[in-house]
Amino acid sequence: MAKGVKPRVKVPKKAAAGDTITIKTLISHKMESGQRKDDDGNAIPRSIINRFTCDFNGENVIDVTLEPAISTNPYLEFEALVPEAGEFKFTWYDDDGSIYEESKKIAIG
Amino acid sequence: MKKFMSAVLVSTLSTTMVMADPVDDTLILNEEITLVTRTAAPAHMADAVDEIMSGWLFRGTETRAMQMDDFDNPGMIFVEKGEDLWNTAEGSEGKSCASCHNDSDSMAGVRPVYPKYNEAAGEVRTLEMQVNDCRENRMGAEPWKYTGGDMTNMTALLASVSRGLPVNVAIDGPAQSTWEAGKELYYTRTGQLELACASCHEDNYGNMIRADHLSQGQINGFPTYRLKNTKLNSVHARFKGCVRDTRAETFKPGSDEFIALELYVASRGNGLSVEGPSVRN
Repeated sequence: MAKGVKPRVKVPKKAAAGDTITIKTLISHKMESGQRKDDDGNAIPRSIINRFTCDFNGENVIDVTLEPAISTNPYLEFEALVPEAGEFKFTWYDDDGSIYEESKKIAIG
Repeated sequence: MKKFMSAVLVSTLSTTMVMADPVDDTLILNEEITLVTRTAAPAHMADAVDEIMSGWLFRGTETRAMQMDDFDNPGMIFVEKGEDLWNTAEGSEGKSCASCHNDSDSMAGVRPVYPKYNEAAGEVRTLEMQVNDCRENRMGAEPWKYTGGDMTNMTALLASVSRGLPVNVAIDGPAQSTWEAGKELYYTRTGQLELACASCHEDNYGNMIRADHLSQGQINGFPTYRLKNTKLNSVHARFKGCVRDTRAETFKPGSDEFIALELYVASRGNGLSVEGPSVRN
């Protein structure tokens, strides 16, 4: 598992039914591209977050493929329609097989 | 036709000059606290500058927006790391910062008054020196490297809990001689380019230096998250970078010269809000 990885998300605590809300996500990750070399000239192996998904009550909201050119600490911001109260689930997939998860509840009101 | 041409030329020129000027904007943090980014200069600067301005006003719209929300501010990642360090027991005494100081929030008001004269030690101390003094003498731990990652994460945490409070370093009494040494350095030209701090940050703020805007060089926003190197940058590392850019041999981070310079430069920002960790280019 890559070091110092920590997912963060920002979701409003409540919204009106049918509202579109803005979700912000950030994961601290070095996103090593695989293109760089160390001091001895050996390639530093690629180690990135390669996929990010967000689901709401089991339904997929967004599914993103991340590529090596994406900078360190990838930040993703997107909008989602909230038809009912429920829970957003966020999942980040690491090259090394690690999966980082976070979830946030949202109420209607 | 000729008249029309010169009118166009004049307007193009004036647009270029306006671009480097500080913007008229208000820094509201997390839609809660309004920070002071522009205020009357402290009395000791009466001959030099009327108004002091945070570097935030000299940056672009997107960069300014990043600093307005803690979630968008990449510097806050390092503040979280600082918080982890705050609660980590280290050294022969088995103590963490929290063992004596409780929550990091209790340190609100500390950042704005540093560098500060320490009676017992008989010297002006920066926040970094005080942190290392705690580590060595209270915790029995190894001191951190002056501009290292752990140290900068810790100073970012200490700055973040003081955001919104006005910088207020003492320049009289026992700190005066250090302050004067710092002032001397600020106005001394160095390097092959023969530039003093004042050449850029007092005489030319609001102008362009090649592709970048010159600010007043205020340090109320340090440590600073720079988009160019995606990490926090400490005050002394920035001083070193500036002196190097004048093509001079630089002083070392943590040296007497940079401590004096930090006190003097901090005093030029007396009245501006603490902003650290700020976001800059």
